[in-house]
Amino acid sequence: MADKKATREAYGEALVEFGAKYDNLVVLDADLAEATKTCKFKAAYPDRFFDCGIAEGNMMAVAAGLAASGMIPFASSFAMFAAGRAFEQIRNCIGYPHLNVKIGATHAGITVGEDGATHQCNEDIALMRTIPGMTIINPADAVEARAAVKAAIEMKGPVYLRFGRYAVPVINGEDYEFEVGRGVELCDGSDVSIVASGLTVSMALEAAELLKADGISARVINMHTIKPIDENLLVKAAKETGAVVTAEEHSIIGGLGSAVAEVLSEKMPVPMRRVGVNDKYGKSGQVPDLLREYGLTPEHIAEVAKELVASKK
Amino acid sequence: MNNEKLAMLTEKAKLVRRGIIESTHSAGCGHPGGSLSVADILTYLYFAEMKIDPKNPGMKDRDRFILSKGHAAPALYSVLANRGYFPVEDLKTLRKNGSYLQGHPDMKGIPGVDMTTGSLGLGISAACGIALAGKLSDTPYRVYCAVGDGESEEGQVWEAAMFAAHYKLDNLTVFLDFNGLQIDGKVTDVIDPTPLDKKFLAFNWNVITIDGHDFAAIESAVEAAKSTKGKPTAIIAHTVKGKGVSFMENQVAWHGKAPNDEQYAVAMSEL
Repeated sequence: MADKKATREAYGEALVEFGAKYDNLVVLDADLAEATKTCKFKAAYPDRFFDCGIAEGNMMAVAAGLAASGMIPFASSFAMFAAGRAFEQIRNCIGYPHLNVKIGATHAGITVGEDGATHQCNEDIALMRTIPGMTIINPADAVEARAAVKAAIEMKGPVYLRFGRYAVPVINGEDYEFEVGRGVELCDGSDVSIVASGLTVSMALEAAELLKADGISARVINMHTIKPIDENLLVKAAKETGAVVTAEEHSIIGGLGSAVAEVLSEKMPVPMRRVGVNDKYGKSGQVPDLLREYGLTPEHIAEVAKELVASKK
Repeated sequence: MNNEKLAMLTEKAKLVRRGIIESTHSAGCGHPGGSLSVADILTYLYFAEMKIDPKNPGMKDRDRFILSKGHAAPALYSVLANRGYFPVEDLKTLRKNGSYLQGHPDMKGIPGVDMTTGSLGLGISAACGIALAGKLSDTPYRVYCAVGDGESEEGQVWEAAMFAAHYKLDNLTVFLDFNGLQIDGKVTDVIDPTPLDKKFLAFNWNVITIDGHDFAAIESAVEAAKSTKGKPTAIIAHTVKGKGVSFMENQVAWHGKAPNDEQYAVAMSEL
């Protein structure tokens, strides 16, 4: 298997890398710099790092003011407190005036692990998706995380970047070309499409291997940008494979699965299944155990895909 | 303050108040009470203090104003219109479908609006961000912000107060429009936010208390804020809700209600 690295690590490194190029790049954190990895930027550019203390709502609105004055602020906290606690500030201060704020949310999903349900945000994508004009990117690995930070800086407008705590396989090469809003077909297949984002992408690739052994040809799509979602790629996949499984480390309500279902139900209805956190809270535990318990494994994704393919016939 | 300046400001404040009545009457809704209480502060800032250019609202080194108590939009719109940012006649389109004069300030569509506000407690934080950007970019603009007394019940106001003091944002001046009333009644009856001066002092701000309808007092407070180094200034401005319209003064009912035709006529005759 490939090297493993948490996307939050790549996030912190990318901030340092692009901080050198953009002197108007500033970073805000809410007393979690060691965990979100903005501490790397703090060490490199202490004059452009501002700890806001444990006050996420204020932090988001401060970021809005910075953006309104020509800065490129990255505001970081755990997904729970960025998208959850500060939802209204993001909606009214950043989203509505379409300000150039980048939200770097780490520790998304159940792979927070031992901290448990209060810190495991499975709702952030659902919340952010309702904000008009918000771009949402959920990188699959460290390479994509860096590329997403770069792309977020290069585009105007609010971006929600979702990073994980847990080390995940590096699946993309250094020559990987990333484009916001354009999903990536990682392998072709004709029986079913598995659409994944974030940590489930590498699982989807493994699931495709498992399915191959059962004689099922699965297409795997990395839908790194959840909004705006790549409708063309989805419609093409649905049309060509006739069945779609989504896999996400998020509630199946409002996240990637919902976004895909919204597109396909209107444009190319095909049998579909959503793998994700099934309308539940997280809980404390070691990550591999939690992933198994919540059905976020290559085996479970493959099983769901297999059942779906069988039901087509 | 010399007589000439006082006469100019008094005249402009009258025009600003007329615009508030004109716009809310035309809209059939809106918030005249808190607009009239903050009108003199806005008049002073836009006609006597701020470095701005109505022909170039985006001027990089302009002074900024953030109406954190965004429901007082009629006051902000009226002062902007009377200062030349857009036609005074447009005030009559307030809150109407198709108008750029949204119910609460919208920075994307309204010339001169420096920050989108309306949801209470958020504007003062954004003002902190704007002040911080001024420091970072070495641009010597000043940032003014008006916060409501009821608004100070929002916890975020104090998160912002901590932030501003911690980062020594001495280019930030907050007016606390202390008119004593909020939708549900007297602020001291609803949920008492006082003592506001001591709270800001405890948050390491420079604090000045004035009569918010006395232009000379506003002037000296602003001058004192400008010469204060190392900390932001809060100007606790004691004001009268509905100031200038006899039947609206100190009446909580006029927080969020528009004058009817008859009331409009009386109000305009008083102004």
